[in-house]
Amino acid sequence: MLTQDQSSLFSHDDSIACLVRTEAFEGPLDLLLHLIKKNELDIYNIPIAEISRQYLDYLDVMRELNLDVAGEFLVMASTLIQIKSQMLLPQLADPVDDEQGEDPRAELVRRLLEYDRYREASCLLIAREVLHRDVFARTFPSEELEAFPSDEAVPAVEMFELVDAFRRILAKVPKESFHEVGSENISIADRISDIMDYLQGRESVDFEELFVGSNTREFIVASFLALLELCRLQMIRLLQFENYGRILVRSAIIIEDAEQS
Amino acid sequence: MNETSLQQIVESILFVSDSPLSLERLYSLLEEFDRESIRDAVTAITADCTLAKRGIELVQVAGGYQFRSRSECADYIRRLKKLKPARFSPSSLETLAIIAYRQPVTRSEVEYFRGVDSGGVLKNLLDKKLVKIIGKKDIPGKPLIYGTTKEFMETFSLKDLASLPTLREIEELVDSGDDMDQVPLPLPELE
Repeated sequence: MLTQDQSSLFSHDDSIACLVRTEAFEGPLDLLLHLIKKNELDIYNIPIAEISRQYLDYLDVMRELNLDVAGEFLVMASTLIQIKSQMLLPQLADPVDDEQGEDPRAELVRRLLEYDRYREASCLLIAREVLHRDVFARTFPSEELEAFPSDEAVPAVEMFELVDAFRRILAKVPKESFHEVGSENISIADRISDIMDYLQGRESVDFEELFVGSNTREFIVASFLALLELCRLQMIRLLQFENYGRILVRSAIIIEDAEQS
Repeated sequence: MNETSLQQIVESILFVSDSPLSLERLYSLLEEFDRESIRDAVTAITADCTLAKRGIELVQVAGGYQFRSRSECADYIRRLKKLKPARFSPSSLETLAIIAYRQPVTRSEVEYFRGVDSGGVLKNLLDKKLVKIIGKKDIPGKPLIYGTTKEFMETFSLKDLASLPTLREIEELVDSGDDMDQVPLPLPELE
């Protein structure tokens, strides 16, 4: 998608109504390198006029799309134009073996080469065996062994897993109860206070425990909605230590209560 | 004591340790054994893991030894582990690479190489403990200088800084008038 956008961007077609993903470029050096590689240019002999033109075209499109053109891009634009004007001065010699003075492009080329080198190095780094991605080592104290890890270390429960857990509970509802015309009114507010009462004095409670009490669909749905509401209000926390492991519910306001009393 | 029991001791210590253990550290923990035997034990454990085709191997990382799972098993371990590995954006990797190869380095030097403001990226890397402030440069303004950490080597499975992947050499053009000379590697680990 990206390359497509860029190729249309720099084609001589004047209609540049295309999408640009500026985040794709880390900075002006990145953009310049891209232009050099795209045009298959010799980095030691950059046609500054052409590159400047393409570079400025790119900035124009960015501006047209009301994107913030970072200051660094503008600094580079002025550098390019400065080099271009220096190149127009007569004493230009062969850039490879000029002895009269340094090629005005030399500094830029050096930076581009250096930058390219570090970018390559960053690829080499991430290609290594990265800890916790490719290789794993023991970390102590292990989450399961420690009585209770700090909240930050505990991963939050993902939505899918929560929905799965809810489905598992719903599946346990006896079939016949589907046909009951329940006069029983269960309000979410009641379930909220029930759950909070239940959680008080307990460090954490298994998710499924909170659905014990009644077997009706209404009760289970109300309980689940109450749980979601409590999560939203940040009165409880849902924790899960392992993938597909059990989900724990913990009151998030125990400490406050303890402080009040 | 015979060799086998020392190997068991070393293996158990390495197993329980939460970070790589250097030979020096093992020597001081196991004062009653001579150093050569400890070194031999480490070598024997490494060989055992390889020969027995174990799921773990003893690797040299961040100046020490650590048991690590084989990379071929990563997919299966990820099923167990809930914690997601740290993600690296291209900009943070790029910055990390510059710091790793050119340390000690100042923020403005990093920005010169990257061509963009790097304050945010740098802060992020500091937060992740992959880089640290190792002092101040003795030039006007006394800018902070940065270097990589032990965690950086642990994260990227590097034995030491000298084992960073070799950078491609840049042709002759570079050495003319580059005022920021490449710091020779390997570097001493600055604590």
